Amino acid sequence: MAQSNNSIKKILTVAFALCIVCSVIVSTAAVGLRSKQQFNQELDRKTNILNVANLYEPGMDVNDTFASAVTPRVVDMRTGEYSEEHDPATWDGFEARRDPAASRTLSGEKDPAGLTRVENFATVYLVGDPEDPEQIILPIRGQGLWGLMRGFLAVEGDGNTIVGITYYEHAETPGLGAEVNNPRWQAQWDGKEIYGEAESLEPAIHLTKGGASGENEIDALSGATLTSNGVTNMLQFWLSPEGFGDYLAKFRAGVSQEAAQDADVELEAEGA
Amino acid sequence: MAEATPKGVLTTPVFKNNPIALQVLGICSALAVTTSMSVSLVMTIAVIFVTAFSNLFVSLIRHHIPSSIRIIVQMTIIASLVIVVDQILKAYAYEMSKQLSVFVGLIITNCIVMGRAEGFAMQNGPKLSFLDGIGNGLGYGFILMTVGFFRELFGSGSVFGFTVLQPVQDGGWYVPNGLLLLPPSAFFIIGMIIWVLRSLNPEQVEENEFRMKANTEPKEAV
Repeated sequence: MAQSNNSIKKILTVAFALCIVCSVIVSTAAVGLRSKQQFNQELDRKTNILNVANLYEPGMDVNDTFASAVTPRVVDMRTGEYSEEHDPATWDGFEARRDPAASRTLSGEKDPAGLTRVENFATVYLVGDPEDPEQIILPIRGQGLWGLMRGFLAVEGDGNTIVGITYYEHAETPGLGAEVNNPRWQAQWDGKEIYGEAESLEPAIHLTKGGASGENEIDALSGATLTSNGVTNMLQFWLSPEGFGDYLAKFRAGVSQEAAQDADVELEAEGA
Repeated sequence: MAEATPKGVLTTPVFKNNPIALQVLGICSALAVTTSMSVSLVMTIAVIFVTAFSNLFVSLIRHHIPSSIRIIVQMTIIASLVIVVDQILKAYAYEMSKQLSVFVGLIITNCIVMGRAEGFAMQNGPKLSFLDGIGNGLGYGFILMTVGFFRELFGSGSVFGFTVLQPVQDGGWYVPNGLLLLPPSAFFIIGMIIWVLRSLNPEQVEENEFRMKANTEPKEAV
């Protein structure tokens, strides 16, 4: 038997038959489970978005709540305007970052988050009325210590006050850098402000060691300096005019106009 | 392994002939996935599944495998099984598959799987081989769970995600040991397990490869 087993004919037959059988098994598993996997991925993304907006409760129907409370829109980050070019339900900015037609190269000072390439269009998620949202949820990403960290940042409708931050994909050290997902650490983001001065387009928010005090300061993660730097850097990038700076500026301008109008009304009332 | 009995192949790999502690195979994944017990458990189940079925299939076709391509044949079977496991995890245990990330795929290169297919399943019947796969998977799992227990308990103060020692980050008293969350700590724990197992079973201790001569009186040079 050993003799016949090693004939060329037998070798080819065995190899060919094995490949056919194995490929059938593998492709059956892949195709049969694909819908279930995509459903899981979608659910995971939606859960993260609801989570960062403080809308998530364990046991809720994520798909229903997401459909009723959240509106996705595609933003052109170069102008800060909404774009109708891409369908918000299917557009994937992360995939598009390698597409030369829909992305641009970053280098040097313009690339604090270490991204190299960034897409021109990104999907943002609006909570509440899409024309006057209660919250704006922005996708953010950047290099941490061990690899790319991807997450969401939720900002109030004034374009300046932070609601929360969450990371759904990262490879940081468990117990140190991975504490970015510790609810206690995340809780201190609520109410912090992105920009220092009203006119400034440069984000002032940063992580600081030894106790955060100001409106723009967050406690750094202890024992995870490089992860903390990564978080600061990615906020510097995504909230600057290279990222969502122009887009958020519209909301901030809207708020300051309203405030000015309110002040005028008050003045008139006093004058009268 | 002169005469293999069903009970023998199932239990000896757990303590007596443990693939990690005695043969020191499959260390890499034991370092990587043992930061928490639930992840270790899923990894254990995945490895048991892959070793058991790769042994079964290799054993079923062992009389038809040409010896010149036997390693490739084994690899193909193992790789297919691993892809199936990975797909199932992604579909039914999405959170887990995210945590295990590449390590499910790396079961393909786990020396235990390869070693059992080549060393046992090529010579033995399907039933015995299947049990041998489960046994070796259990042996691997035993080490993984032990390492995972110590690393999770002292590294993050919990067992299976339930808090046992309240860590200071959450307002408790326990200061977690950061080293235990990093892969090198698994080396220490595995080393100690090997020490304990070899103290209990002295026959596991290998003979010295060479013996030092007793001290001799140095002769004065003439």
